[in-house]
Amino acid sequence: ARSSSRLGSGLAAFNKRKLDDETLEDLEDLLITSDLGAAVARRVTKNLSKERFDREITENEIKQALATEIEDVLAPREKIVDFSDGPRPRVVLFVGVNGSGKTTTIGKIASKLKDQGAKALLVAGDTFRAAAIEQLTVWGDRAGIPVMSKPTGADAAGLVYEAIERAREEDLDLVLVDTAGRLQNKAELMAELAKVVRVIRKMDPEAPHDVILVLDATVGQNALSQVEAFRHTAGVTGLVMTKLDGTAKGGVLVAIAEAHDLPIHFIGVGEGADDLRPFSAHAFSQALVGAID
Amino acid sequence: MFDALSDRLGGIFDGLTGRGALSEKDVNAALREIRVALLEADVALPVVKDFIDSVRTRAVGEEVVRSVKPGQQVVKIVYDGLVEMLGGTEAETGLRVDNPPATIMMAGLQGSGKTTTTAKIAKRLSEKQRKRVLLASLDVRRPAAMQQLAILADQCGENVSSLPIIEGQLPADIARRAVQAAKIGGYDVLILDTAGRTTIDEQMMSEAAEIADIAKPSETLLVADALTGQDAVETARRFHERLPLTGLVLTRMDGDGRGGAALSMRAVTGLPIKFLGVGEKLDGLDAFDASRVAGRILGQGDIVSLVEKASEQM
Ligand SMILES: Nc1nc2c(ncn2[C@@H]2O[C@H](COP(=O)(O)OP(=O)(O)OP(=O)(O)O)[C@@H](O)[C@H]2O)c(=O)[nH]1
Ligand SMILES: Nc1nc2c(ncn2[C@@H]2O[C@H](COP(=O)(O)OP(=O)(O)OP(=O)(O)O)[C@@H](O)[C@H]2O)c(=O)[nH]1
Ligand SMILES: [Mg+2]
Ligand SMILES: [Mg+2]
Repeated sequence: ARSSSRLGSGLAAFNKRKLDDETLEDLEDLLITSDLGAAVARRVTKNLSKERFDREITENEIKQALATEIEDVLAPREKIVDFSDGPRPRVVLFVGVNGSGKTTTIGKIASKLKDQGAKALLVAGDTFRAAAIEQLTVWGDRAGIPVMSKPTGADAAGLVYEAIERAREEDLDLVLVDTAGRLQNKAELMAELAKVVRVIRKMDPEAPHDVILVLDATVGQNALSQVEAFRHTAGVTGLVMTKLDGTAKGGVLVAIAEAHDLPIHFIGVGEGADDLRPFSAHAFSQALVGAID
Repeated sequence: MFDALSDRLGGIFDGLTGRGALSEKDVNAALREIRVALLEADVALPVVKDFIDSVRTRAVGEEVVRSVKPGQQVVKIVYDGLVEMLGGTEAETGLRVDNPPATIMMAGLQGSGKTTTTAKIAKRLSEKQRKRVLLASLDVRRPAAMQQLAILADQCGENVSSLPIIEGQLPADIARRAVQAAKIGGYDVLILDTAGRTTIDEQMMSEAAEIADIAKPSETLLVADALTGQDAVETARRFHERLPLTGLVLTRMDGDGRGGAALSMRAVTGLPIKFLGVGEKLDGLDAFDASRVAGRILGQGDIVSLVEKASEQM
């Protein structure tokens, strides 16, 4: 069950209030409690006040107006991707901080691809974390997709090299590469990731065709720094936000959408294979403001 | 991208140097900047509001010290307030694990760092307090969660073991078996790692409550990601409502997040922050240090020297 959002319950108090400076300030605060960040919250309320200043507003009106403002920011980032299409083998790399949901997201996408009949290979590029290989293997087995791995501690770049060779030999459609979680301020770990990308590029200048940054919906303003750093190091091409089935509604995505021209592909709404949805700017905005769609 | 608070406050007090008391007007101007700084550090809004009120009361009328810039003086007041709110410098951080087998239960959202922290605590207890520790994974959901804990237990050295895995057993039954095994095996401490759960998953929340009922832990720790945003309050409150929490652990403090979640969670639960996770490796666990976290939230590495300088002169 989806909970009503914090923003949604907070907005009830705005029913029949006049949209004056005080109300706008309260609104701004409410947006901040959804991780939009102070600056974006200010801009959104400012836009909102343009046509409605000093007018009395109903709860529903304010909700819809807010949702529309937010949707306007997010809409250009909505971009459905079909990994089973395009170049062969299509190489998709998943990156992000620790525990954000990379491995699970690969598992979910793998299940989808299987349904579409694509011939894929999963690569256990997290050669660091305990049982990371076993975790991906379970997902691969579930989807009936082979998983390629090396023992813990092996060089991830070397593994990826071999995986792409194999994909060529076996004429596979795509290669989904898991990587170890890493915090973006760790220079050594980021350099390791850069090496993985370099090795892939050497084999195919067009690859990796997709570099997906996986973000956790509970994350706060640090997500902006994650996007910047992973973009810089790994050339991120798109985003996935996970864990939107909890109480956090991922408001920082609005701030990211304002600052970065990066498509948002999917959202994660649970731990099961089916709990992945294409990102919809409309649905996301409605959920964020707690509006009944 | 974040400015240190003292930089932000710089301009506000330009006209105010030397003698006199901090006026309400000056303080209010400063508080606006402090508010934004705290929000950018992900401190939850209700917590920020309470905090700002307390700082206002404290700061207005304070004598301006001649040798310190008023901006720095306000930073010092804010810093002291943060340290106090985080539990003070003498925070109680030890674990109550005296009556063997003492049980520690770990809980938290998915991916927050429970399993890793379980192993880190075990290693610490075995190395620093010579405890024999049994680890048990009650996570029947996440693929390979049990193997993960077993591998980590092996890395902890000979005084740490993990409960043999029996496929298909339910969490409550594993908890009973673990308590039994800890007693029979003469362990000092039993640590129960649990599956990650969202707080609105009623079935999973009652499962956690049931585990606590069975195991009667002497410590129940909420493990949370230091990079958490405004949701920290909601998560802490909801876990606190359902479990006999005794403390908090903030992981990923080795990141470059400002860690405002620490303040939020501490404020809504009143629970002590027991440890900070500062790395993926098993020695990456630090005792909580309020002054370090306060400095971090304010975004200044040099806060300590700044504050020391200010206090000497105050
Ligand atoms: N509720 C919920 N949990 C999720 C979602 N996506 C992933 N998870 C859970 O989050 C936890 C971490 O997911 P992983 O896929 O292991 O994350 P990761 O980024 O691969 O983690 P590392 O490899 O350790 O960096 C697991 O318990 C997953 O089941 C989601 O959309 N909703
Ligand atoms: N950098 C850093 N990484 C950490 C820290 N604590 C845990 N991690 C990493 O975070 C990720 C998730 O940790 P886990 O211990 O698996 O988290 P969990 O809460 O048990 O996850 P679930 O069981 O899926 O809910 C792993 O990649 C860990 O290595 C920390 O303090 N710093
Ligand atoms: Mg992983
Ligand atoms: Mg775990």
